[in-house]
Amino acid sequence: MSEFKPGRIERVAGPVVVASNMLGARMYELVKVASTGLIGEIIRVEADRATIQVYEETTGIKPGEIVERTGSPLSVELGPGLMNQFFDGTQRPLPVLLDKGGAFIRRGISAAPLDRKKKWEFTPLVKKGDTVIGGDVLGEVPETVLVKHRILIPPNISGTLKSVVSKGSYTLEDPVAELETNRGMVKLYMMHSWPVRVPRPAREKVPSDTPLITGQRIIDFFFPISKGGTAAIPGDFGTGKTITQHQLAKWADAEVIVYVGCGERGNEMTEVLETFPELKDPRSGQPLMERTILVANTSNMPIAAREASMYTGVTLAEYFRDMGYNVALMADSTSRWAEALREVSGRLEEMPGEEGYPAYLASRLAQIYERAGRVKVIGSDSNKLGSVSIVGAVSPSGGDFSEPVTQNTLRIVKVFWALSKPLAERRHFPAIDWLSSYSLYLESLENWYRTHIGPEWSALRKDAMALLQRDEELREIVMLVGPDALSESQRVILEAARMIKEDFLIQSALHPVDSYCSPEKTFRLMSLIMKFYEKMKAGVGKGVSLQRALDLPVKEEIARAKIHPSQAFEELAKHIETNMEQQFQSLSTELLEKPAV
Amino acid sequence: MSEERDVSVVVREYSTVNEISGPLLFVQNVKGVGFGELVRIRTPAGEERRGQVLEVRSDLAVVQVFEGTSGLDVSSTSVRFMGETVKLAVSSDLLGRILDGSGNPIDGGPRIIPEDYSDVHGAPINPYARTYPREFIQTGVSAIDGMNTLVRGQKLPLFSGAGLPHNRVAAQVARQARVKGTGEPFATVFAAIGITADEARFFREDFEKQGAFEHVTMFINLADDPAIERILTPRMALTAAEYFAFKLDMHVLVILTDMTNYAEALREISAAREEVPGRRGYPGYLYTDLSTIYERAGRVHNAKGSITQMPILTMPHDDITHPIPNLTGYITEGQLIVDRGLHRKGIYPPIDVSPSLSRLMREGIGKERTRQDHREVSDQLYYAYAEGRAFRDLVAVVGEEALSARDKIYLKFSDDFERRFIGQGEYENREIEKTLDLGWDLLAALPESELKRVDPATIKQFHPKYRAGTGK
Repeated sequence: MSEFKPGRIERVAGPVVVASNMLGARMYELVKVASTGLIGEIIRVEADRATIQVYEETTGIKPGEIVERTGSPLSVELGPGLMNQFFDGTQRPLPVLLDKGGAFIRRGISAAPLDRKKKWEFTPLVKKGDTVIGGDVLGEVPETVLVKHRILIPPNISGTLKSVVSKGSYTLEDPVAELETNRGMVKLYMMHSWPVRVPRPAREKVPSDTPLITGQRIIDFFFPISKGGTAAIPGDFGTGKTITQHQLAKWADAEVIVYVGCGERGNEMTEVLETFPELKDPRSGQPLMERTILVANTSNMPIAAREASMYTGVTLAEYFRDMGYNVALMADSTSRWAEALREVSGRLEEMPGEEGYPAYLASRLAQIYERAGRVKVIGSDSNKLGSVSIVGAVSPSGGDFSEPVTQNTLRIVKVFWALSKPLAERRHFPAIDWLSSYSLYLESLENWYRTHIGPEWSALRKDAMALLQRDEELREIVMLVGPDALSESQRVILEAARMIKEDFLIQSALHPVDSYCSPEKTFRLMSLIMKFYEKMKAGVGKGVSLQRALDLPVKEEIARAKIHPSQAFEELAKHIETNMEQQFQSLSTELLEKPAV
Repeated sequence: MSEERDVSVVVREYSTVNEISGPLLFVQNVKGVGFGELVRIRTPAGEERRGQVLEVRSDLAVVQVFEGTSGLDVSSTSVRFMGETVKLAVSSDLLGRILDGSGNPIDGGPRIIPEDYSDVHGAPINPYARTYPREFIQTGVSAIDGMNTLVRGQKLPLFSGAGLPHNRVAAQVARQARVKGTGEPFATVFAAIGITADEARFFREDFEKQGAFEHVTMFINLADDPAIERILTPRMALTAAEYFAFKLDMHVLVILTDMTNYAEALREISAAREEVPGRRGYPGYLYTDLSTIYERAGRVHNAKGSITQMPILTMPHDDITHPIPNLTGYITEGQLIVDRGLHRKGIYPPIDVSPSLSRLMREGIGKERTRQDHREVSDQLYYAYAEGRAFRDLVAVVGEEALSARDKIYLKFSDDFERRFIGQGEYENREIEKTLDLGWDLLAALPESELKRVDPATIKQFHPKYRAGTGK
């Protein structure tokens, strides 16, 4: 079947196989190893010897067996059928594998990524005689209720359409158009493939001025990420990386979500599969699964496929970006991906860098994150925008942020959500540490927040952050000399900071209402707390006892406000403001009538 | 799960060992040897040992010897390549039996008639085939049931330290664990990995005392057994467990102790192979390797059974950031911390609930599983206990006088919580309702306005103050 002469296996060590007689083999070319046809990829070429990383278990493979070249690199299939699908790291559809081989994944089992038999309703948007270039939309397929799949002319190809089919149902094997290019006639299908390690081209990167709204108060208010931005969530185990990633995948206002479960727990992917179809998108009311693609290579699945899974995920994301969508990619966890690099590197006997990671760790990480961004997409419409945002979880060993993966990631990403073990142990979730986290998008997003949420947004954010900072300093004093050392006005700060933490920062991922908080509600909730703080400060300044202020019923109303639905929040906020006004007023009046002894 | 068995295997025997290093043999001039193949080695003294191929080249095979290389030489040692991977003969007869770390019976009982041969390395479960674990397992231990609930199909390790009573806790869990209101078939698979004969005997006697030994299979690799065999022992145990769970529809609890010894054995092989070490000399693939053990827990569609794992590991120097507990924590679905401080105070079981966690708890509790107030009660207990403990530190610095009345209540709460809620008898089996009511009794010491983690309606229903009127 192959036009290449087969090579011979010389050495097998875990996922790494060396074969000779491979003259002409190219780097990253896909090969089939041994009679079982295990899929592998060439990762080193020396004269006629090629080193191959194999995506499946290599047990039983012997020296002397053959290696067949395919002539093409590891690629993914791009076309209708991606949405609401669950793939492994090399884009094998896991539900199909289950049907074919049962609950355990056997070796050598293969399945086409996209269903060839299924018919899709195709509506052409071009006609015979049109001149088109790569990236132009050939037609549309309503893939799910949430995602209209735009069939694209593959990049790097252009010409004049000689024929286009009429509206109707077609499978992925039916040609939908014929294109006359300067290299001859090309049949176009609703599907094309793309090598995963090559970024899909874009016209140019443009700066992003729109936040990716996540519905998580601490993120949207304090440390926002832009559409097309990059963020990292490092945290020790049990600090809630995965829950945060799930929350982002659920609520982020992107049109398409790609969730890459890279070297993590099997049950976590099951959880996504079981919960997402039941959750409704807050904007459209449709099941969230309808806009989600899952790529999973759990920790016990073959390590080389884990390495590939990140590239597979990001290529799928770029494809939907090219249709003009905002795509968000969640990768959990990039540390496991880095470990796959380390393991393969070790088997290649490469010179190790820090902690045994290969010296190219930093550049590989940068390559992945650089595939994020807001871009003008290719195609005739030079103003069409699309974006890929990447949020990577990092699992530092021992919770030590100075380890190489965390450090190299921080050099690239613009948003850092540091998860804190002490917060997690106090069951303060999301356990994002407000003092060590940061977002470098604040300035570029400020304008958006001003116009869409409220002109006071930045001022409010600054004040609240300053208060939390002050709280930290005061708490250090308390730890040293006890609470008595604080003045009444200092205790006002502690109490206000406590309100921010409990009534604003703590957000329950499990509560049906609290799980998603609209940016408007986020802003209003914080302004209520800060208003209460101002009143408390003014009151105490005039001689009102702090305890009296804290006992005001309105404080309890603020505490319960976060479980009030976003849509009806403004009404509640107004009501709370009125109560706050009255109750503080009566405290001052009381003070005037009965001066303190 | 019977792997396709190659019937045309040719057994090849060689006596071309040219180097022995640690647990590894380097055999020259071999032909047709497959990666991962099972190897039988005949020592100069005529004894037979087993090994596995770790690497093959055109004319060289690197073999890891499970029983160790002592007594082997390069001239008269002979090596047979068996043409198949390491397999365990599985059968329902394994129940009630004691085997060594390589799967050979050592209890003097009859030979086990195999119903099938299973590759001990297993195959990864397709994540799409998994069913999310949701069924509450009542262990009768409040620190677990109330605060870090175990569910069927979970992997929940005990992180302990040398000299702490983790074995007693694990034995109590094995003794008492059951799913409420069911009489479904269950089994316990126990793997001793490099523990002492005393510890192994403790478990064995405990299983026998319950009169439930016919539901138990033990795989024993003791401290003086070959370290390399430890690589195999947990895999043997899990292969048996998979057979019980997914072929015989049983609910299996697997206890693996001590995973620290397992990781040490892995490090030993890695060092012998001169691999590039990761943190603290452990191989870079420790995470992946551990995951191929821990991920063999769970439930799958179309199978009634389940595998619940309770691995035990002793943290070197009680250091949770050490690679073994750390990487374990990243794979398992939570952890139970056995704490030295609590143990010194004489509290049994000394499970420190603050850093402990059960990731699957929220799905396994609540109405129809435990009781509808479970989540709120545990949240409130966590919060109050954390508050109280924070004041302990403060008291140490500034003395108790500096505390306000509210602070003192919390301080007292944290002591009561440890004594009455966490603390219980080794043979005390608390129903979940009892555990939750006990939680309420403790919370009742706090002003009602402090119970912010609990819905007012729940307070009305369960708070002792209101329950009192309804005949309690």
